[in-house]
Amino acid sequence: MPQQIIWITIIVIGLLTFATRLSFIGSTGKLRLAPLLQQALRFVPVAALSALILPDLFLKQGQLALALNNARLLAGIIAIIIAWRTKNVLLTVGTGMISLWLLQALFGLH
Amino acid sequence: MCLYWRYEYKIFRILERRTCRAAYFARGVPFGMIYGVSALGAGIPAGIAQAMSLVVFAGSAQFIIAQLVAAGTPALVVVLTAFIVNIRHMLYSASLARHVQKLGWRWKIVLAYLLTDEAYAVTMQHYQRAEIESDYKHWYFFGAGLTLWTGWQLSTAVGVFLGAQIPASWSLDFASTLTFIALVVPALKDRANTAAALAAGLAALAFVALPLKLSIVAAIFTGIAVGLLMEKRSKKYHAMSEEGEEVCHSKSSG
Repeated sequence: MPQQIIWITIIVIGLLTFATRLSFIGSTGKLRLAPLLQQALRFVPVAALSALILPDLFLKQGQLALALNNARLLAGIIAIIIAWRTKNVLLTVGTGMISLWLLQALFGLH
Repeated sequence: MCLYWRYEYKIFRILERRTCRAAYFARGVPFGMIYGVSALGAGIPAGIAQAMSLVVFAGSAQFIIAQLVAAGTPALVVVLTAFIVNIRHMLYSASLARHVQKLGWRWKIVLAYLLTDEAYAVTMQHYQRAEIESDYKHWYFFGAGLTLWTGWQLSTAVGVFLGAQIPASWSLDFASTLTFIALVVPALKDRANTAAALAAGLAALAFVALPLKLSIVAAIFTGIAVGLLMEKRSKKYHAMSEEGEEVCHSKSSG
């Protein structure tokens, strides 16, 4: 993407995000969110992040890579276990990166 | 309290447990640094990575935008995806509206700009605990927002600086996926959220052939639909089990 387009993209997203933040604060206070929409919105972060995690772990150049030579998948599984046991962000990211580097360096995986 | 529980969402139910308020503010720092490092690792120019923290100012969306841009996603799809990820701010806006109702529009604009997940969590917790009707209570919101904002900008700058020193062969783009794992895994506390996460992840794999990287948007909607269905089912089940025999009846009838 050309840099100019990236700038425009970011500014548009910034304005849209600001609009959602201002939505109810800026209105007169009579508006309400439909309960179903409230429920749906609670699932957005978990759904969006998972939709990015799985392809990065399971796909290599757009192809499904389920074998044990997939370094990102192995490092990702280690990170999932660390996240589950410790709930610690830095530890999860640190262990995951170190696992990836070790797998790349020791076994030549990528 | 009721109002708070209604609007809060899973990811910061975990945050809320950390009673020390300082932890809220410090918590953003590693994310900002990882964001800066991974954005550069994904090939985003330093200036744009920093500007995104100023203009968008929303952690997870920024990670996602950086990843999508790096993957060559068309601008309109990046905008659409980021918008969907950020609509949840309406929940916070709705929940805080009555507390800032009397303020002038200048205040409302500033506070809206500072309204992030963390600012909402800290401010709302304070308002619930104190239940104060003070003319100055917006200063708490402002103080929390500004502190988080400053931390986010500075930690992004540190991350961008570090990211520029590290060669691309270190695969630092992977740090953003790891951050997502660190956020999602602790949020999978019930069946509905776990089902939503699995459905969205698998859908993203299944839809990978969709043009224009629309797979993420399609996957988010799949995840939401499955999450809502699971929630409805478990509610129905609980309602039924309270009535005793009804459970067997409902099972046999499918």
